[in-house]
Amino acid sequence: MNFVADFLLPVCQQGLVWGLVALGVWITFRVVNVPDLTVDGTLTTGAATAARLLTMGVHPVPATLAGFFTGAAGGVITGLIHTRLRVQPLLASIITMTGLYSVNLRIMGRSNIALFNLTTLVPDDDWAQLALFGVIAAAMILLLNLFFRTELGLAMRATGDNDAMVRMLGVSSDSMRLLAFTLSNGIVGLGGAFIAQYGGFADAQMGIGTIVASLAALITGETLFGASSVPRATVAAVLGSVVYRALYALALRAGFQASDLKLITAALVVVALSIPQIKKSLRMAEGGEAR
Amino acid sequence: MTGLTIEGLHKTFFPGTPNEVKALQGIDLTLAPGEFVTVVGSNGAGKSTLLNSVAGVITPDRGRILLAGTDITRQTEVERARRIGRVLQNPLAGTAPNLTVAENLALAIARGRPRGLGWALTAARRRRFEEELAQLGLGLERRLDDRVGLLSGGQRQALSLLMATLQRPDILLLDEHTAALDPRAAAIVADLTNRWVRQLRLTTLMITHNLEQAIRLGDRLIMMHEGRILFTVSGPEKQQLTIDGLRNAFERVRGEGFNYDRAVLAN
Repeated sequence: MNFVADFLLPVCQQGLVWGLVALGVWITFRVVNVPDLTVDGTLTTGAATAARLLTMGVHPVPATLAGFFTGAAGGVITGLIHTRLRVQPLLASIITMTGLYSVNLRIMGRSNIALFNLTTLVPDDDWAQLALFGVIAAAMILLLNLFFRTELGLAMRATGDNDAMVRMLGVSSDSMRLLAFTLSNGIVGLGGAFIAQYGGFADAQMGIGTIVASLAALITGETLFGASSVPRATVAAVLGSVVYRALYALALRAGFQASDLKLITAALVVVALSIPQIKKSLRMAEGGEAR
Repeated sequence: MTGLTIEGLHKTFFPGTPNEVKALQGIDLTLAPGEFVTVVGSNGAGKSTLLNSVAGVITPDRGRILLAGTDITRQTEVERARRIGRVLQNPLAGTAPNLTVAENLALAIARGRPRGLGWALTAARRRRFEEELAQLGLGLERRLDDRVGLLSGGQRQALSLLMATLQRPDILLLDEHTAALDPRAAAIVADLTNRWVRQLRLTTLMITHNLEQAIRLGDRLIMMHEGRILFTVSGPEKQQLTIDGLRNAFERVRGEGFNYDRAVLAN
């Protein structure tokens, strides 16, 4: 086996393209501090939108960007259910996710679309693919870092930190969360559009498990690289995604079936989630102060 | 035009149930622009309900609230917050712990304006924040980029006060904002409060459990009991007031079987 061509290259490609999705999930899960399962639906929505438009002969650039907007629309739905109807975000997102399954089938017109013979944004060459995904992930990290330094971005970060304070300062925390859901699912939709072009197909089932896989990537990144600031957290999300894809690939090589991977992902999330607790116990055992 | 006008404010919690609480039973109160009023009263007197009604956290059943001439009774908390500065009892309530001191102040300085894509922290703003923080005398001007979660309760409350007044509000509402602090920090925050309220001539409504503070600070003292204003002291009479005098006055009025008419007439 060729380590670079058969392992490192695909792992980095997948890690970077899924890193976009991890960045989207980071906005809801970490910035505004609400769990959002809509992404299981909106990843497919973005993929379905791009795939359908590509088969209709639309240029790949607008077709891909359209994935951002349809994904964002899914986020708006969850945001409105949560903020206007006061439904818990977890439940609101499950409702949207369920509804999106039908919407995604409608968008595609069938349960999957193959893109093999079409011109897409993703080049055929492996190294060109890696470069493209690297540039896109870097651009998204840069954009998010710029955004979170604006007044609007700062107000969104504060919403996740102290909701009541934000309202005392005249900012509607509901609007901030609605915007966070929108932005997050837009980015996930864009990620879905790229994933479809990378994999060569869009499928109604492809989004299932997105939230858990993204959390695994996020938490792996935070644990390994830290998340003390926005620049650090955003870079860690993408790097965490690469590490997670490497673990995923290793599990496959270790002889697990593809159908076992959801279980492995779930177990990995549990391990990653427990690391802060284990670290704390170790510090306590050493007699140090717990943070 | 007045600073704040409250007319016939009523609020009952859980009406028609065994837990019914008549928190406000007809409050009339007017604050002149720049007037500093302290509010005292036992637990359940309705002090916080009054402040929360002005802030928009609670919707009154009846009555009107006018802030600097405009009726705000039907405005939401967020709408009003553009013109109202608030500091609560919990020193953790007024600041965002995972943001830096400068970032917290940047959130506060944009109060009342829509938030767009302009930079939150400009060099000019950082300089302004350093100047303002230096006035606190707590050394926070050297900790602009520290997370607020690293500060002490007293430092956080002083910062909350600065954030509440940074964009001069039409009214400053203080809900026992020194009660949760240690005595030294409480004294510092009380002094800062007095200094800023006077300097900026802020219309201020301050709840306190500390009678000494209620007497020493402010132009006027009002005592609440069971949702009503029992009595009001201002001017020279307030300056001569002692803690014992205040306690006796409270006992006297209460002992008279809640004869509010007489209490009001006596003043």
